Amino acid sequence: MIALSDYLILGALLFSLSVAGIFINRKNIIILLMCIELMLLAVNLNFLAFSHFTADPAGQIFVFFILTVAAAEAAIGLAILVVLFRNINTINVAKLNKLKG
Amino acid sequence: MEQILFYCFAFILLFSATMVITVRNPVRAALFLVLAFFTSAAIWLFLGAEFLAITLVLVYVGAVMVLFLFVVMMLDINLTPLQEGFTTYLPLGILVAGLITVEMITVLGAAHFGLEVVAAPSAHGADYSNTKELGRLLYTVYVYPFEIASVILTVAIVAAITLTLRKGKRKTQDPSEQVKVRAKDRVRIVKMKSVKKSQDGEASS
Repeated sequence: MIALSDYLILGALLFSLSVAGIFINRKNIIILLMCIELMLLAVNLNFLAFSHFTADPAGQIFVFFILTVAAAEAAIGLAILVVLFRNINTINVAKLNKLKG
Repeated sequence: MEQILFYCFAFILLFSATMVITVRNPVRAALFLVLAFFTSAAIWLFLGAEFLAITLVLVYVGAVMVLFLFVVMMLDINLTPLQEGFTTYLPLGILVAGLITVEMITVLGAAHFGLEVVAAPSAHGADYSNTKELGRLLYTVYVYPFEIASVILTVAIVAAITLTLRKGKRKTQDPSEQVKVRAKDRVRIVKMKSVKKSQDGEASS
């Protein structure tokens, strides 16, 4: 039988892989967005594992709403990316200094 | 059997996640992300979340990843400056990821969440429907969050369209201009004399 800890460790590995991805791809904003999607996937895996092992379907409801919000976030993020590329002609994060912050 | 399949899927998932963060070409990264989503949909099936597994394939692989690929291919990206610092930040990234992994495995490992501590749940009967259960909950207990989720999606549509719509190049309607219009702005009545037909049969104007 697969234990709850197996799912949780898989989720932990997936989460830390995406954290490493954010560190090593800090210039490319597209890969950063993909890493965020991977993180959400790891979180969803944890929700579903706990939902399965405690026999409580509320965890699945949470995953449902996370999927909804993540889809909206991806759509808006990519729209911002397209506008950004039109304005400064690059997606390099290091070039995002227009606000002089 | 179930365990072997789980470890196969877990290996494919971690492999594709590693490829997503290491490949140089964003199109390949997006395709490996599709593989990762597909594999985790299979793992979600182990967890008895059939509806969400299919939703993951339909929504993520079918819509979000296609959107990603569309944007990646539409933008003409110069990849060389984006690769800068890959090897510089690699040790730091591996260090932080390794620390997070060690910490999480210490807390979430078999000592606290193993089969002896959290027993595997009993399997549902053949007449149990995951979709039915989820739908019943969504439309009773969680109906208010469900409505808010629909509002969030609507806001996302409006935001994405307004962000990417180009100014000036499109046909626009100004409602106040349309309301203010009068008949004399649209129709001009020209008074002119009636002219007799000329000799060669053509009407002169």
